[in-house]
Amino acid sequence: MINRREALSRVAIIMGGTVLGAEAFLTGCKTNTKGVTFSQADVDFLNEVGETILPATDTPGAKAANVGAFMQIMVSDCYEAKDQAIFMQGMEELKFKASKAKMGKAFMEATPEERTAFLTDLDKEAKEYQSNKKKEDPTHYFTMMKQMTLSGLFTSKIGATEVLRYVAVPGKYEGCVPYTKGEKAWATS
Amino acid sequence: MAEQQYDAIVVGSGISGGWAAKELTEKGLKVLMLERGRNIEHIKDYVNADKEAWDFPHRGGRTQQMIEDYPVLKRDYPLNETNLDYWCSDKDHPYTETKRFDWFRGYHVGGRSLMWGRQSYRWADSDFEANAKDGIAVDWPVRYKEIEPWYDYVEKFAGISGNRDGIDLLPDGQFLPPMDLTCVEKDVAARIKEIYKGSRHLIIGRTANITVPHEGRPGCQFRNKCWLGCQFGGYFSTQSSTLPAAMATGNLTLRPFSIVTEIKYDKDKKRATGVTVLDAETNKTIEYKAKIIFVNASTLNSTWLLMNSATDVWEGGLGSSSDALGKNLMDHHLGNRAGGTIEGYEDKYTFGRRANGFYIPRFRNLGDEKRDYIRGFGYQGGANRAGWGHDVAEVSIGGKYKDALTEPGGWSIGMMGFGEMLPDPTNKVTLDKTKKDKWGLNVLNIDCELKDNEIKMRKDILEDAKEMLERAGAKNVEGFEGDGTPGRGIHEMGTARMGRDPKTSVLNGNNQVWDAPNVFVTDGSFMTSANCVNPSLTYMAFTARAVDFAVSELKKGNL
Repeated sequence: MINRREALSRVAIIMGGTVLGAEAFLTGCKTNTKGVTFSQADVDFLNEVGETILPATDTPGAKAANVGAFMQIMVSDCYEAKDQAIFMQGMEELKFKASKAKMGKAFMEATPEERTAFLTDLDKEAKEYQSNKKKEDPTHYFTMMKQMTLSGLFTSKIGATEVLRYVAVPGKYEGCVPYTKGEKAWATS
Repeated sequence: MAEQQYDAIVVGSGISGGWAAKELTEKGLKVLMLERGRNIEHIKDYVNADKEAWDFPHRGGRTQQMIEDYPVLKRDYPLNETNLDYWCSDKDHPYTETKRFDWFRGYHVGGRSLMWGRQSYRWADSDFEANAKDGIAVDWPVRYKEIEPWYDYVEKFAGISGNRDGIDLLPDGQFLPPMDLTCVEKDVAARIKEIYKGSRHLIIGRTANITVPHEGRPGCQFRNKCWLGCQFGGYFSTQSSTLPAAMATGNLTLRPFSIVTEIKYDKDKKRATGVTVLDAETNKTIEYKAKIIFVNASTLNSTWLLMNSATDVWEGGLGSSSDALGKNLMDHHLGNRAGGTIEGYEDKYTFGRRANGFYIPRFRNLGDEKRDYIRGFGYQGGANRAGWGHDVAEVSIGGKYKDALTEPGGWSIGMMGFGEMLPDPTNKVTLDKTKKDKWGLNVLNIDCELKDNEIKMRKDILEDAKEMLERAGAKNVEGFEGDGTPGRGIHEMGTARMGRDPKTSVLNGNNQVWDAPNVFVTDGSFMTSANCVNPSLTYMAFTARAVDFAVSELKKGNL
């Protein structure tokens, strides 16, 4: 069955909020500022953020899937102007001010353990903000980053084929098969 | 035969036009099928058929530029980069919305048969009787027994997978093996049967996907990418099914980029003589002659064509001698839905990607029940296990979080209502003579809205869904009041309805235009009422039946 049968995007369930770009389903959306630019340093930074959220374990992590480049494309082409502004500002905030406040140093200077502890707190903060905010209030920048880290990894080729399970041509459908804990989820639906 | 002369012309190559071409050519007629848009060749032109999210620049999503370029299509799911080329450009094909009408069109060979939802259900006798019983609109001039053999006929060729469920309101068909329900769906189905004492049913969807090889097509491979075009011929479309059959006869000429602007009408003979075509690329005009014309341009475009024809005889166009042309526009109203989580089943999963879901046939206003509205609705839904997109309670950042996400999440269930819209003469299309498209053709003005009956029905759609899910054991059940704006069902029907009286209908019971017996209209525009089931199978059946009648009439010299 086609997309219209899916009530909610899967990512929104994690984030406790609207899927970004979902507002685009309504009328009256403002177009984005096509001039949003990311530097290589920005992409590298976002890859580090992503790698903290979804690190390599015995399977590849966000950096291997280059989620930073993915975020660059999605923010530039798919985000509305207001969300672009939040993201760009949030990126700068996370690089320096927020990191210095919590870790005493810039994000890129912190160790993986320091980053993990910091983002765990930031994630809690963002979740609480999202659940309390009014519908028209801005989305938290970290919610955006986390959302795109997840979709950036799990909808990438490396994510689908090396982190999850993927079969290009199943050839059949079985509605009820045994599942053992530890088996990976299907990458596509 | 002169180059521009054919036995029959078919206007439109979509789900019903393809059938008209197949049936006419198989009966030996030389047929010209005219399609306003480009050709899309089976397999060769399915450019995205194998692509996954990572093969698309934006993982299959939509960009702000696309939103700007497609002011109508953006309003719902069809706007995305996976098959954007299959949906017509809103800017090239404007229309006037007196009231908002979300019109999503496929202007190419195959039409929306390339992208359709494929759900296929028969009407029952009570559906054909409904207008007469309720005393609204006009009576259908046919009953189930006349259409039943044609449902058999089209199902056998098209290939519909489904289960023989023995439900009166949803007559069983000529089915290929049904797809599986998931274990959760099976259990929910059993609970619903028990709780509602057999009066409500949850069944596997009946879909035009072939679960075994059929008519030379390999079959559905369960990739769930149907709307991209399928190189396995896994589902029915003009390209996979009717067009190859028509081509095999050697009797078909297919002309893309052919906008039919007028049916030429001889007022003395009271017959159509042919059509005028505007070449969409060169803007040149060509005249084609034929003994029979089949109008399958898609509901609103067929009516547009009728309105632009024989205007020297009837100002409102061919079929306007009745009060029905342009009126009684219907769709199915969607949007209201509910969902919840299902506990347990952690040791169960699925294999393959099912291009189908479950179906709950209409249960309202049957027997003696009288809600505060008439007619009813069905539900389409599914119960599936979450993939990577699920909540993880204990961690939210890091390696353990990632590893937890790579395992499937919990099960959830959801379903959305498809509600019937009543025929109402104030829901109508007219020609907007103040506005022309880039070919200099007047655009349509659409004036359509949900009325009282639909609005009342939508409350039940929402509440019944929540109640059924709760009683069936789902937790965290939530309902959503969705957008039911007409057009979003993508099942436009009416505006050239059939009936028993030429004063109140455009067509007779053989889909013939009363005023032009050699013109047959067999796409959604002929529908006299909408029911709540997906309509395309019914268009196929009426088309095959009408061709059979048309050719027999031609042979008798009556046309």
